[in-house]
Amino acid sequence: MALDVAIACLKAVVMLLIALQVMAMGVYFERKVSAIIQDRIGANRAAILGFAGQGIVNTLVADPLKFLLKEDVRPAGADRFLHTLAPLAAVIPALGAFAVIPFGDVLEIGGRTINLQAASLDVGILYILAMASLGVYGVVLAGWASNNRWSLLGGIRGSAQMISYEIAMGLALIGVVVTYDTLDLQEMARRQGELIWGWLPAWGILSQPLAFLILFAAGIAESKRIPFDLPESESELVSGFFTEYSGAKHLMFMMSDFVEVVLVAALVTTLFFGGWQVPYLGREGFHFPWGTAIALPSLVVAILQILSFSVKLVFFTWLQIVIRWTLPRFRYDQLMRLGWKGLLPLSLLNVVVSAALVLLREGRT
Amino acid sequence: MSIPLFLIFAALTVASALVVIIHRNPIYCALGLVSTLFLLALLFLGLEAHMVAVLQIIVYAGAIVVLFLFVIMLLNLQVEERAMVPRPLIAVAAAGGILLGALVLVGIAQTPLAAPVPVHADYGGTEPLAERLFTTYLLPFELTSLLLLVAIVGAVVVGKRRA
Amino acid sequence: MTPISWYLALSAVLFAIGTVGVLTRRNLIVVFMAIELLLNAVNLSFVALARGLGSMDGQVIVFFVMAVAAAEAAVGLAIMLQLYRLRETLNADEVTTLRW
Repeated sequence: MALDVAIACLKAVVMLLIALQVMAMGVYFERKVSAIIQDRIGANRAAILGFAGQGIVNTLVADPLKFLLKEDVRPAGADRFLHTLAPLAAVIPALGAFAVIPFGDVLEIGGRTINLQAASLDVGILYILAMASLGVYGVVLAGWASNNRWSLLGGIRGSAQMISYEIAMGLALIGVVVTYDTLDLQEMARRQGELIWGWLPAWGILSQPLAFLILFAAGIAESKRIPFDLPESESELVSGFFTEYSGAKHLMFMMSDFVEVVLVAALVTTLFFGGWQVPYLGREGFHFPWGTAIALPSLVVAILQILSFSVKLVFFTWLQIVIRWTLPRFRYDQLMRLGWKGLLPLSLLNVVVSAALVLLREGRT
Repeated sequence: MSIPLFLIFAALTVASALVVIIHRNPIYCALGLVSTLFLLALLFLGLEAHMVAVLQIIVYAGAIVVLFLFVIMLLNLQVEERAMVPRPLIAVAAAGGILLGALVLVGIAQTPLAAPVPVHADYGGTEPLAERLFTTYLLPFELTSLLLLVAIVGAVVVGKRRA
Repeated sequence: MTPISWYLALSAVLFAIGTVGVLTRRNLIVVFMAIELLLNAVNLSFVALARGLGSMDGQVIVFFVMAVAAAEAAVGLAIMLQLYRLRETLNADEVTTLRW
């Protein structure tokens, strides 16, 4: 009993470590990739004993230290409790959503089969939607608690945008659920290990391409990244809804931003790109379609799967950062029009077509 | 759900509900409501109603209360001078509420309830809920979708700014 | 495992709190929130009894209650928006006449 609790805690810690490390990589990429795209070098001056590491020390050591040591300013007239609560309300659901993301298949150690997913809920995907809904509160409270007209504007716009794109995200997820016939993310990741025509891994992107595009777009809109970052719009609203935050609270908002980037990457990876799947890697080792089989111990298989998951996470985080530094931002009415008149009908269409195809497939067999 | 855990959650739920009705600032009342709804979702989890618990968070805590917060912020509602009715009426209302609660509690205490029936592993999940929803309760389901459509149209029409 | 009647007792207490809220608060939005408390108390009661009887019907009813509550919240808040635009106040004591 106590061992079960310890194992569950350990799994949660591992998942958080993976998420936070990729998030740190995301922060570094943001600086470096933006620099490369804009044909400059980026911040690389801060150094420890002469070691500057191409900007790693600057972005990952000096910057957070600066934020943490800054004075915590609370604007006059701002509600103290709400002002402090808002960053927490932004970070906690974003991190909490990682509980149902699987980072490996199973680990067979000492006679136990450990499912490498922090929390095996039977309503897995709905939990992520629930955490996304709770993430709106951080924005709304930050905008209100700043006692600042521009922050309030950013907060209201931000929350309206988030709830609009939640719908498109949910409907895109329904298409995936209909295809895999389960709500549990670990089951979906496992089903993507099957081979079509004997050699092609049945990754979700092959059966639900439209859902991938909709989910990716809606996910970027949920996390208020460019091209959907009008609530934050650095050139218009200063920092939008978190203008009046400094120091550690500002760091928490930025952290929630990057954690949501990693969350969208994790979701997209798990649903459409096999999650932790390495092509042709099963629980006992590699089984290539041309007959070769390489047996591997369970620990090595698990490590390979965790590595594969991490690599895919890093790729999609990088992709979102490149998108951020390439595209201009939407105007607010264009944004809402895209969400309601563009993505929503498309995702409904996706649901109908997926359901029809599933019925046809089941009718045939 | 074990008894100590239930008692903790129940105490927190009652405290949050009291914040909703007592606090003068409407935003704090809304936050109290979120807290109450979230704790109720946890209680639903303790009753093995997983689907309903997650739906509670998505629909109630994540959408309805956000709507409340929106309206409070759009209208810029401040703390009011006369947030509650005059003192004597509060006393009467409180007495009435306590009486109502006491009556129901006495009724509950006097009703012998059998021990909870052991349920299959899938209880509270998506499939049993969907099976009920689309067979026995199909008509209310369709009517509810119609009701939601009417509510959307009604809300848009009622809330429009009259030019 | 807590007895189901304890859940019903909690539901009764929440219902009483909600009733007192509806009766004592003057801000219409807070009254609306107290009404949501009432609905949730009943939801808890339904789910607890559903578990006690081992049937899913109680949870289906909770599903419907949630949908109806969402519809009601949307329309009710729209009405309050319009009321505020007309009367500049949402205090129940001041919106007592149908016309000026």
